[in-house]
Amino acid sequence: MPANFVPTANDYARILPEIIMAVAGTLIMVIEPLIGEKKRTVFSSLSVLAFVAALGAAVEANSVPGTSFANMLIVDGFATFFRVLVIAVGILSVLSASQYLRLEHADSAEYYALLLFSVTGQCIMATANELIMIFIGLEISSIATYVLAGYLRDDKRNNEAALKYFLLGSFATAFLLYGIAWIYGTTGSTNLADIRAFLLTPGSTNNVVLASTAAALIFVGFAFKVSAAPFQIWAPDVYQGAPAPVTLFMSAGPKAAAFAVFLRVFMTAFHPIAMRWEPFVWSSALLTMVIGNFAALQQTNIKRMLAYSSIAHAGYVMVAIAAHNQIGIAAAMFYLAAYAFMNIGAFAVVTHFSRQGEKYVNIEDLSGLGWKQPATAGLFAIFLLSLIGVPLTGGFFGKFYIFKAALDANLVWLAVLGLLNSAVAAYYYLRVLVVMYMKEPGPATVSVQPLSPGIRATLWASALATLFLGIFPSLVLNFAQSSSALVK
Amino acid sequence: MTLLDAVIFLPLVAFLVCLVLPKDNPGLIRMFSLISSCGIFIASLGLLGPYWFQAPAKFVYETNLPWIDSPAIRYHVAIDGISLWLVLLTTLLTPLCVLVSWRSIDKHVKQFFAFLLLLEFGLVGVFCAFDFFLFYVFWEVALVPMYFLIGVWGHERRIYSAVKFFLYTMAGSMLMLVAIIYLYNAAGTFDYSRILAGIQNGSIPLSSQEQLLLFLAFFIAFAIKVPLFPLHTWLPDAHVEAPTAGSVLLASVMLKMGTYGLLRFCVPMFPSAAHSCANWIVTLAIIGIVYGALVAMVQPNMKKLVAYSSVSHLGFVVLGIFTFTQQGFDGAVYQMLNHGISTGALFLLVGFLYERRHSLEIASYGGVATPAPNLSTVFMITMLASIGLPMLNNFVGEYLVLQGASFVYFRWSVFAALGSILAACYMLWLYQRIFFGKASEDLSHHMPDLNFREYAIIVPLILLMVWMGTFTQSFIPSISASNTVLLGPVETGRDVHVRSSPRRLDAASKELANAR
Repeated sequence: MPANFVPTANDYARILPEIIMAVAGTLIMVIEPLIGEKKRTVFSSLSVLAFVAALGAAVEANSVPGTSFANMLIVDGFATFFRVLVIAVGILSVLSASQYLRLEHADSAEYYALLLFSVTGQCIMATANELIMIFIGLEISSIATYVLAGYLRDDKRNNEAALKYFLLGSFATAFLLYGIAWIYGTTGSTNLADIRAFLLTPGSTNNVVLASTAAALIFVGFAFKVSAAPFQIWAPDVYQGAPAPVTLFMSAGPKAAAFAVFLRVFMTAFHPIAMRWEPFVWSSALLTMVIGNFAALQQTNIKRMLAYSSIAHAGYVMVAIAAHNQIGIAAAMFYLAAYAFMNIGAFAVVTHFSRQGEKYVNIEDLSGLGWKQPATAGLFAIFLLSLIGVPLTGGFFGKFYIFKAALDANLVWLAVLGLLNSAVAAYYYLRVLVVMYMKEPGPATVSVQPLSPGIRATLWASALATLFLGIFPSLVLNFAQSSSALVK
Repeated sequence: MTLLDAVIFLPLVAFLVCLVLPKDNPGLIRMFSLISSCGIFIASLGLLGPYWFQAPAKFVYETNLPWIDSPAIRYHVAIDGISLWLVLLTTLLTPLCVLVSWRSIDKHVKQFFAFLLLLEFGLVGVFCAFDFFLFYVFWEVALVPMYFLIGVWGHERRIYSAVKFFLYTMAGSMLMLVAIIYLYNAAGTFDYSRILAGIQNGSIPLSSQEQLLLFLAFFIAFAIKVPLFPLHTWLPDAHVEAPTAGSVLLASVMLKMGTYGLLRFCVPMFPSAAHSCANWIVTLAIIGIVYGALVAMVQPNMKKLVAYSSVSHLGFVVLGIFTFTQQGFDGAVYQMLNHGISTGALFLLVGFLYERRHSLEIASYGGVATPAPNLSTVFMITMLASIGLPMLNNFVGEYLVLQGASFVYFRWSVFAALGSILAACYMLWLYQRIFFGKASEDLSHHMPDLNFREYAIIVPLILLMVWMGTFTQSFIPSISASNTVLLGPVETGRDVHVRSSPRRLDAASKELANAR
C-alpha cells in the first residue's frame, strides 16, 4: 500500500497532544535564560498549562478515532485511555515536584522540559501502531527519564541511579530492537496488524518459531521497562536513588506506557501465538509477585519498600496479560489507572516528608505522623489500604478485576497464589500504618512542615481518584471494556 | 430507601460527621457518638416490625439496586429472622461500647469514636448483604477500624496482636475472594439468592470436586473468624490487647461474622460438601470446646480467660450448625446471640474492674465483694449465664445444640457437654478468686461500687439474659422459620446415618412444633 505523503488535518489532530507537549518543552528550554531567578515558578505553571492543553487535545482526538501517518499511529479508546493517564501523571508530577526542587535549589526549567518530553514519548507509545514507532516512543520517554533519575547532579545516589538505569535500560532496549529486526525479517513488516495477519496465514507455521523467538526478545525489552521478574533488578536501586518526585513519576507514567505497548503488541501482533508466550508470562507474573512482595517485607527504607511494592504490582498486571482475554486487557487498564493514583499519592507523602537532602526516608521516621498531621497521614492511610487491596478503594477493585480475568482464563492457581501474595503484602503496608498511628512521634515527625500547596493538591486529587475508582468504578471500567475490544 | 438502608448507612454518616468535629472538644465527641449510636439503635428497633408476633420466613426490607454495571454488582440488602437479631445485637452493643469508653479512652478521642462508628457500619452491613461482592466489602470494611482500635488504644502488645489479627483475617478472606469470583464466573451473578437457587436446581453446573473446594475456601475464611480450633491463635492476643470496647465488639459481634457466614453461605450452598466434611469439622469443634475450656481454666489473666471461653462457646455454635438439624441450627443462632450478650457483658465487667485497679491479673484481686457488692452481683449473674444456668440465656442455646447433636451422634453431645461442665469450673473458680476472700486495704480503697454510667451499661444486658432465658418464644420462632428455609437444601443431602433414625427426628420436630 503506497503511503500518502501529504498528511491530512486529521493526522495532525491525532498527534496534537504530542505536538503541544514537545513545543512547550522546547519553549521552556528556550525562555529559561530570558527569565530572572525570581520568576522560576512560571515554568511549573507553563508545564501544567501545556499538560492540560494536551489532555484536552487527547480527549478531543478520540472523537474521530482512526489511524494516521500511514497506519503508524492509531488513536482508539485504548490509546486515549493511556494518553489521558500519562498526562494526568505528568500534571501530578509537576505539582508535587516544585517544593522539593526549591528546597534542593534545583528549580530550573530542565526538569519541566524533561518531564514534558518524557510524557510525549509515553503518549507516542500509547498511540503507536507499529514497532518502530514503539521503539521511538520508548526511547523518547526513557532518555528523558534517565536524565531525570540523575537530576540532582551533585548527589551521589542520583548519579548511581541514573547510571544503573541508563546502562541496564539501553541493554534491554537493544533486546527490543533485535526482536523488532527479527520480526521484520520473518514477516516483512513492522505493522502490528500486518504481523498478526501474517501469523494467522495458514502456511506460516515454519515462521512461528522465528516469530516466537522475536516475541521472546521483545518480551525481555518490555519486561525490563515494566520491571517484571527476572528483569526487575534495577528497579529498587533506581527508585531509591532517584529524587523522590522523579520516583513518583517513574513508578506511574513510564510503567503505564510500557504496559500499554506490552498489551498492544502481545494482544494484537502476537495474539495468534499466545499459546507459546503464555507460560512465560505466567511464570514471570508469579515470580514478579513473589519477589516483589517477599523482598519488600525486609525493607526499612520507604522508597525501597515502595519500589519492591511496585514490582509486586507489576506482577498483578502481568497476571492480567497472562489471562490474554478481553477482560484481562480491561482489568490491566483499570488497574494501571488505580495503581498510578495510589502510588503517586504514596510517593507524594514521601516527597513531602523526606525534606531537604532526603533526610527522612526510613519507615521508622514516620512514627506518630498520624497524630502530628492527621490529614496527611489519613490520606497516606487511604493509599496504603488501596495498595493492600481493601474494598472501597481503586486498588481493591482493580485487583478483584484482574483475578476475575485470570479465573475466566482458567488460571485458577495463578489467581490463588496471587491473592495469597497480596495477603503477604498486607504485612509491609501495615507496618507503615503501625508506625504512623501506633508509635510515639519521633524527631522527624515533630519537625514536619505543613504541606505545600502542590503536594496538597496532588494528595487530595489522588485520594479522590482512588476512592472514586473504588466506589464508582463503572465509569472507568465501562470505558476500559469498550476500548479493550479495539486492541485485538 | 427502606428502614434497613437507614440503619446501615446512619453509622457511616455518623462516622463522617465525627471526623469533622473539632478534636479539642472530647466531651462533644463523646456526646455525639452516644446520641447517634442510641439513635441508630432506636431506628433499628423498627426492624422488628414485620416480626412482631409473627415469623415470616422470607426476606424483609429488601433493597436491590445496581451498583456496578459490569461485572454485575448490586447493592442487595435484606434481613431475615437470623440477620435481624444480629443487627440488633450490633446496634445495641455500640452505644454500650461508647459508654464504657467514656472515661477510659483519653487520647485521640475523636478517632476512637469515629472508628467505633465505622466498625458499626461494617458489622451491620455484613449481616444484611445478600450480594457476595457487597458482603466481601463489608467484611473487609469491618476489619480496618478493628485493626486500629486494637493497635492504637490497646495494651502493651497491641501492635503484634493487631497485625496478627489483620493478617489472619486477610489470608482467609483472600481464599473467600477467589471462591466468590469463581462462583461469579460459573453463575454470572453475585446475588446470593440466585446462586443458591442455581446450585440447587442444577442450572449452575459445579462438579462435586469444585463444590468441595469452594466449600473449603469459604469455610477456611469463616473458620478463622469464628475462630475454630486450630485457627484460633489470633483470638486470645487480640482480645487481651484490645481496649474494652474493642474486645466487646470483637467477641460479641465480629466472631459472629464467621458463624453467620457458615450458616448462611457455606452450608446451604454446598450441602453435599458440608455433609462430607461434617465429621472432621465437628471433631474440631468439640476439640475447641474442650480445649478452650481447659486452657481458660489455667489463665492468670481475666481477659485471656474470657477469650478462651469464647473459643469454647463458639465451638458449640459450629457443632450446632454441622448437625444439620433444626434444633442444631436454632441452637447455633441462639447461642450466637447469647454469647454476644453474656461474653460481651463479661468483657464489660472486666473492663470495669480494670478501670478501678488497672490490672487484668486475677491474682491482683480478691475480696472485691466486700467493697463492691453490686458489681459482684451483676458479675455473678453474668457468669452464671455464661456457664449455662437454666432460666438464663446460654442454657437454651446449649441445650438446643446438644439436642441437635444427639440426634446425629449421641457421643457428640456427650463430649460437647464436657465443655459446659468445665465452664462451671473455670467461671466459678474465677469468681471465687476475684470476689471472695478478704479484701486488702489497698484494694478496698480503689474499688467503688457501680456508678450510674455502669448501671446504664450492664442492666440492659442483665435484663436481656433473663428475658432470653425465660421468654424464648420472643426470639425462637423468627429464627426457626429462617433456619427452616436454610435447612431445606441441606436436609436433602443428608447422610445415611441420620436417615436411619427417622423416629427420633419426627419426635423432635413434633416437640419443636409444640414449643412454638
